Amino acid sequence: MEDTIVKKYTFKDFASDQEVRWCPGCDDYVILRSMQKALPEMGVKKEDVVFISGIGCSSRFPYYIDSYGIHGIHGRAAAIASGVKLANPKLSVWMATGDGDSLAIGGNHFIHVLRRNIDINIVLFNNEIYGLTKGQFSPTSLIGQKTKSSPYGNTQPPFQPGELAIGANARFFARLGGNRPKQMTELFIEAQKFEGTSLIEILQNCVIFNEGCFTKYTDKDVREDQQLFLEHGKPMIFGGNRDKGIVLNGLKLEVVTIGENGVTEDDILVHDAKCEDNILHHMLVKMEYPLATGIIRSYEDDTLEKREKMLTEEVKKNSKFSKVDDLFFSGETYEVS
Amino acid sequence: MITDKSKSTSKGVEQVNAVVIRFVGDSGDGMQLTGTQFTDTSAMFGNDVATFPNYPSEIRAPQGSLYGVSGFQVNIGSIEISTPGDDLDLLVAMNPAGLKTNLSAVKAGHTIIVDTDSFTKKNLQKAEYESNPLEDGSLDNYRVIEVAMTSLTKESLKDLGLDNKSIVRSKNMFALGMVYWIYGRDMNHTLDFFKNKFKFKPIIAEANSKVIKAGYYYAETLELIPNSYAIAPSTMPKGTYRIVNGNTATAWGFLAAAEKSGLELYLGSYPITPATDILHELVKHKHFGVKAFQAEDEIAGVTSTIGAAFAGDLAITTTSGPGLALKGEAIGLAMMTELPIVIVNVQRGGPSTGLPTKTEQSDLLQAMYGRNGESPVIVIAASTPANCFDFAFEASRLALEHMTPVILLTDGYIANGSEPWKIKSIKDMPLIKTKIVDKDSENGDPFNRDNETLARHWAIPGTPGFEHRVGGLEKDQITGGVSNDPENHEQMVNIRAEKVNRVKNNIPKLAPEFEQEGDLLVVGWGGTYGSLHSAVSGLNDEGYKIGHAHFNYINPMPKNTADVFSKYKKIIVCELNKGQFAHILRSQYNNIEFLQYNKVMGLPFSVTDLLAKFKNILK
Repeated sequence: MEDTIVKKYTFKDFASDQEVRWCPGCDDYVILRSMQKALPEMGVKKEDVVFISGIGCSSRFPYYIDSYGIHGIHGRAAAIASGVKLANPKLSVWMATGDGDSLAIGGNHFIHVLRRNIDINIVLFNNEIYGLTKGQFSPTSLIGQKTKSSPYGNTQPPFQPGELAIGANARFFARLGGNRPKQMTELFIEAQKFEGTSLIEILQNCVIFNEGCFTKYTDKDVREDQQLFLEHGKPMIFGGNRDKGIVLNGLKLEVVTIGENGVTEDDILVHDAKCEDNILHHMLVKMEYPLATGIIRSYEDDTLEKREKMLTEEVKKNSKFSKVDDLFFSGETYEVS
Repeated sequence: MITDKSKSTSKGVEQVNAVVIRFVGDSGDGMQLTGTQFTDTSAMFGNDVATFPNYPSEIRAPQGSLYGVSGFQVNIGSIEISTPGDDLDLLVAMNPAGLKTNLSAVKAGHTIIVDTDSFTKKNLQKAEYESNPLEDGSLDNYRVIEVAMTSLTKESLKDLGLDNKSIVRSKNMFALGMVYWIYGRDMNHTLDFFKNKFKFKPIIAEANSKVIKAGYYYAETLELIPNSYAIAPSTMPKGTYRIVNGNTATAWGFLAAAEKSGLELYLGSYPITPATDILHELVKHKHFGVKAFQAEDEIAGVTSTIGAAFAGDLAITTTSGPGLALKGEAIGLAMMTELPIVIVNVQRGGPSTGLPTKTEQSDLLQAMYGRNGESPVIVIAASTPANCFDFAFEASRLALEHMTPVILLTDGYIANGSEPWKIKSIKDMPLIKTKIVDKDSENGDPFNRDNETLARHWAIPGTPGFEHRVGGLEKDQITGGVSNDPENHEQMVNIRAEKVNRVKNNIPKLAPEFEQEGDLLVVGWGGTYGSLHSAVSGLNDEGYKIGHAHFNYINPMPKNTADVFSKYKKIIVCELNKGQFAHILRSQYNNIEFLQYNKVMGLPFSVTDLLAKFKNILK
């Protein structure tokens, strides 16, 4: 049983010898460090960790983690990761991707990995811009946003990654600002624990091409008032004074102030991340004030690899074939003498 | 009802070595099943066989239309059979459109069986006949057997209580019953087949059995005799056989390679004609632990395969030409990361969507060069339905031993065609030495190369001590880390090319058939083997100094290729494309003159045409 004992790692064990080459001040450093801190806490052996990426700034990630990894081709990380996990379900498979990589060129693989619920942990670095190709608008860029490829303003309406994910029946979706290392580390550990595809959207500031794109939500001064950090089983209360809350008014979520108009804490919605029905999760994802962060949805469901395993075992039990020769010499053979 | 319109006076029975039969009808008439049953029965009788299913890409094309005709041709013989044959000894036409589109293939004086019930005014119009060919004398050169098959089928099933649609659908079995009697074949194999297939619908099994017997006894009563028939079993090597088509053989070759190498088999695939049957076959074999993943598109098919290879499976992907185009970038990644994957391309008529159900060899240059950058991969090709087994196995062996992608080319013709396969046991297959390292391997660095083959080690996730990253960026030749160094890049390009080149040392030499030197060398590759072999064999019998060199290994080519070429006065390269292999040969052997013979009609070569061409050159 020696094999099952996981040695105690520190974050240094997961730092590779490659020089990290992101721009100074980039949130990617926060994500990398949070991951290197989270990995030793997961109870997973270093050699069982695999990082897969596509192309883009975010996709350099695997080079910086000292484990197994593939830096793939643009948009295909989800498909590569699916192959890794289906080939060996014991591995802890991670995917580092961006809004261009997963929502534009890799959109197809992105929705299908979520639909299938393969146990892969996806970290989506959303900076609402193409960084590595130097500043074109992405599928999450805002209408009117001026970029290298939209000098007069972007005319293409954006995706909300969470909305797309929930539409594709994602079982786990979380969102977090790129400047919250502690919560990020905790979130990564939760994603690892969750059996199924986990999608974590990081609102990642690109200091060069889209500086400040999330500051109205993420700045230290405003984030308590502008973000609702969700926790399963807890009331949806936010604000510096912890006096704001969310109620359901008809088919809309509404912000109320506790203590005003007779509103008490009991009136505030309690977050149920684990329910199968995703309508409220969808509404939370769409909400602009406050911005919902934390684990928005975490519904446990069978993974594809579990379904496959059960089916394979059943087929094996009922099959007369165990070696290929059994198959080759079965059925309609004939002798030539 | 035998209206022998043949002007030929010889009506005697001719004992021949081989006969060619074609069943044609609407695409819903069950012609493929009829042909397959006749093939299997003849093979079990001991004949050598080769088949050629030819069907439209529409699943159920409009009834009676010329383009909706589905055909199945089989060549059976007491001698070696290499092709489904050119000209027909017997045509079974279930409707006027089938007769019209296939008549030109029937040998003069030979037999045509028609279902007269289908020769209605409407069907004749759909087939664009101005007058009824059964009445206007246009079939005078043939022996026409007119049978009211639909009515006779209805009659034989009238007491069974089946609906009219099911009854009419059984008429193909009436035709099969007749052909069984004509060629003295036993019905039992087919009767058993129906009993099994419709285990839970015994009434359908009974209906088919009744109709096939009705056809058989009808032919007996009329004493139908063919102009020619091949009765004797052939003299094939002793052993246990079964009939396989190329796609099944391909799938089984991979099953064998997985078991032999001790790896699990992973297939990432997206449905595409005519490759999908490989997916259909492999999904059945979960009992061997096969992980078959129907992906969301061609790209996910190949990229998930790359992931599975990284994780330590024998990982393959299957496709046809348009899919290979989509997979190009990912194949480059597999080459760059030096992962062992196999890409099967069952070629079809191109370009673009082209002729999905027809055959062609026009993806060769795409397989060789269809990627960005300097990105050589191993390219091999199967040449018969049965040897798809060997080359699927071989593709796996080369990928695993050399740590590089292998493209295996087959084509629609050999993928759907079938022939006897002398079954190979796993113990008779060559060893496969994978490059996998374990935690105790000394010098197991994943970027360390074998001195002889230049293949790198394969350290799979879960192996402690060899954690590493691979990727599409250029890597340092020693550390494997990302490198933009100019010298290193050039050296890496050379190393990857040399690695593929050295596969030469791990493949058999080119072994020409027939004359080892002489006036003409016929060169081919892939699925044209049967046609070229038949033609060269024929000319060799006539005393011509002619040889046939068939390439299964295209990149790299066998070491002795130039040597073989030097033994002949002329060389002709025959391909079902506009000269792609000739182009490659010229680039590698630039002092040799290569003549060309090319066809792009979506059909295999006609042996008759090949004979004429070669004779002309040898004049």
